[in-house]
Amino acid sequence: MEPTLSPAGYAALTILILPLAAALVTTLCPRRDPERSANLSIGAIAIGFILSLGLFAFTGDKAMETNFNWLVVGDLKVSFGLLLDPLSKLMLLVVTGVGLMIHIYSRGYMSGDRGFSRYFASLSLFTFSMLGIVLANNLFMMFVFWELVGVSSYLLIGFWFEKNSAADAAKKAFLTNRVGDFGFILGIILTWAALGSLNFTEMAWLVEKGAQSTDKSGGTLLSLGFSLLAEPLGKIAGGTHWWTVHPNVLVTLVGLLLFMGAMGKSAQFPLHVWLPDAMEGPTPVSALIHAATMVAAGVFMLCRIFFILDIPGSHALEFIAWIGGVTALLAALMALQQNDIKRILAYSTLSQLGYMVMAVGLRAPGPAMFHLTTHAAFKALLFLGAGSVILACHHEQNIWKMGGLRDAMPRTWWTFRWGTLALCGVWPFAGFFSKDAILAAALDPAHRNIPLFVLGVFVAGLTTFYMSRLVLVAFCGNARSEEASHAHESPGVMTWPLVVLAIPTLLAGAVGIDAYIAKLFPGEHPPHNEGFLDNLFAPFNHNILAAGFGLLAVVAGYQLARTLYVNADRDRLPEKIGVLAKMARDRFYFDELYEWFISVTQETLARIADWFDCWIVAGLLVRGTHGTTELVGRALRLVQTGSLQTYAFLFAAGVVLVLAWQLLGNSPTH
Amino acid sequence: MTVGLEHYLTVSAMLFCLGLLGVILRRNVLVIYMSLELMLNAANLALVAFSRFNENLTGQMMVFFIITVAAAEVAVGLALIVALYRKRQSAHVEDLTSLKL
Repeated sequence: MEPTLSPAGYAALTILILPLAAALVTTLCPRRDPERSANLSIGAIAIGFILSLGLFAFTGDKAMETNFNWLVVGDLKVSFGLLLDPLSKLMLLVVTGVGLMIHIYSRGYMSGDRGFSRYFASLSLFTFSMLGIVLANNLFMMFVFWELVGVSSYLLIGFWFEKNSAADAAKKAFLTNRVGDFGFILGIILTWAALGSLNFTEMAWLVEKGAQSTDKSGGTLLSLGFSLLAEPLGKIAGGTHWWTVHPNVLVTLVGLLLFMGAMGKSAQFPLHVWLPDAMEGPTPVSALIHAATMVAAGVFMLCRIFFILDIPGSHALEFIAWIGGVTALLAALMALQQNDIKRILAYSTLSQLGYMVMAVGLRAPGPAMFHLTTHAAFKALLFLGAGSVILACHHEQNIWKMGGLRDAMPRTWWTFRWGTLALCGVWPFAGFFSKDAILAAALDPAHRNIPLFVLGVFVAGLTTFYMSRLVLVAFCGNARSEEASHAHESPGVMTWPLVVLAIPTLLAGAVGIDAYIAKLFPGEHPPHNEGFLDNLFAPFNHNILAAGFGLLAVVAGYQLARTLYVNADRDRLPEKIGVLAKMARDRFYFDELYEWFISVTQETLARIADWFDCWIVAGLLVRGTHGTTELVGRALRLVQTGSLQTYAFLFAAGVVLVLAWQLLGNSPTH
Repeated sequence: MTVGLEHYLTVSAMLFCLGLLGVILRRNVLVIYMSLELMLNAANLALVAFSRFNENLTGQMMVFFIITVAAAEVAVGLALIVALYRKRQSAHVEDLTSLKL
């Protein structure tokens, strides 16, 4: 089949291919010129950003799709295709826009590093993989790029691989993701078995059609498809009729397995442990991974396959909502007692991702994508600001050794403050609108969940508390170390991206992104507002309860942080909450638990393998063979007397025996 | 009483057994050698007897061959025994156990 590409398709393909080309040129060129490789990567993503803007502005809401057959084996057709719909166009804009700022910032941050070219090659590879996930039109292709993202994040987290901690963090991220990806591919296989297609458009059509038409027994056609699958599965499991899978169980299982992929990539509890460690990478990488791309991939994927999670009879969404809620709460608690500026941001990312996943679980993928978009902007801003601070303090990351940076670094200070306000959810910053949309979703009569709403408000308070702590300790007060007192503003190549990112941090909430996404998901109520000013006050009209409680939590959190941390020299929180502070500081012992679990299981496995090797392989097989041969040899040696006459006697006796047997034994039969 | 095949065969078997006993029981290599010859000749006797009573000359042909081979064998065997005696100063089989470990 000869693919025909529309101009928009060509543009999308160009956006996808350019970063790959940049990475290849930089990697394969024998002579590495740092300047050239940086320019190539920045150029590739800049063109991508411009094309994305064009796609966003000039193509309609109708989804466009291009499909190539990539691999055909019997019934299995694996296609490679690009899907352009509002969801992917929005994500394109986020990835290329935030990515471009991070690329430019990296030029300043990484200047002089020995691996400068390698850094930009990895960055471009990462961008390529992420864009592949965004543009993929089927689950299989998404999985391929999903794995590519895993590999390139491994390269970037372990960029300073001479440091043991960085190499370990890279391994940890890769392995933790592998656990999630294993579930993801199982989910993909089950989906293919049940629906016979992995193409998003086709699957959505099948699901919709299946949900509408009912068969004779009253179940939907779709659950019929799943029950068809249930039968062979039952055969595999038991071979008898007493063990059959209920279609609803299977639908839920598929949803949960697919969610496992998101659990790994978006670092949801209990696979969240890799993300804080990933801070070992260069700071712009942290911004790229934790803001715009890798962690967003999980949420994006959940929104893409939302129709599978939402099949009637599936209970996956309830589980997803609670996992998101638990992640948000745990991460916020852990952030309370961290002292590393990047780690605080990492835990806040975890917490915000928890919000997004919770929103998906609350049947509100629109607000989830909305929060993802605004979060990408302000979290990238915060990370890049943190990078600027770290560089100014000569790679000091402990906030208790900073202080007073407000006057030394004015541009970093006000952009960082804007990012913080957005993260806390202060009106009119972008974070307020998206967080409010999620809280409102928890109160939506269609899928009301009061416990999760309370949890969300509480986490919003915690967020304000730890972010205020960070800002008050690091930027205000007096300098607490030599480095901090000599800090000065970073160069323009690093501060200008901050300024650019500060614009969407302020405005992204009210420009109508939520209405744009809402068109994708039927069943949501798109806010119909006329203009910017209407949007600005929409949350208060829409659901005053959510907005009110959200703002109340912010005020409470800030007041609490102010009493504790204004002009503080040390952290007085542990005195107040005691053992909880220690647990939060030690991250609730998840790492220790996993370490214990892995060492126990691995130790057991190793012992069994050792026992098997020692007794079965080396003992029974090797030494057993050798022992038997030797024993038989020794016994036979006794026969060799060396005496001629013994031999003669044995020979004669043998002859007599054979004769006797032949003549006496056989004769009656003749 | 006519002498039949079974009589010849009985003598032959007795001779063979005597020879075998000699081979197994005697100590002197020379005597063992003579016993061996006895066994060969017992076989010869049986062959000739079969040949005579079956009116078929093949057996007697075989006997000629055996006598010839036995003559050659005696020459080699005796030479070996002489050589052995020269080397070991003994012709007793108990002393000839160097093949034993």
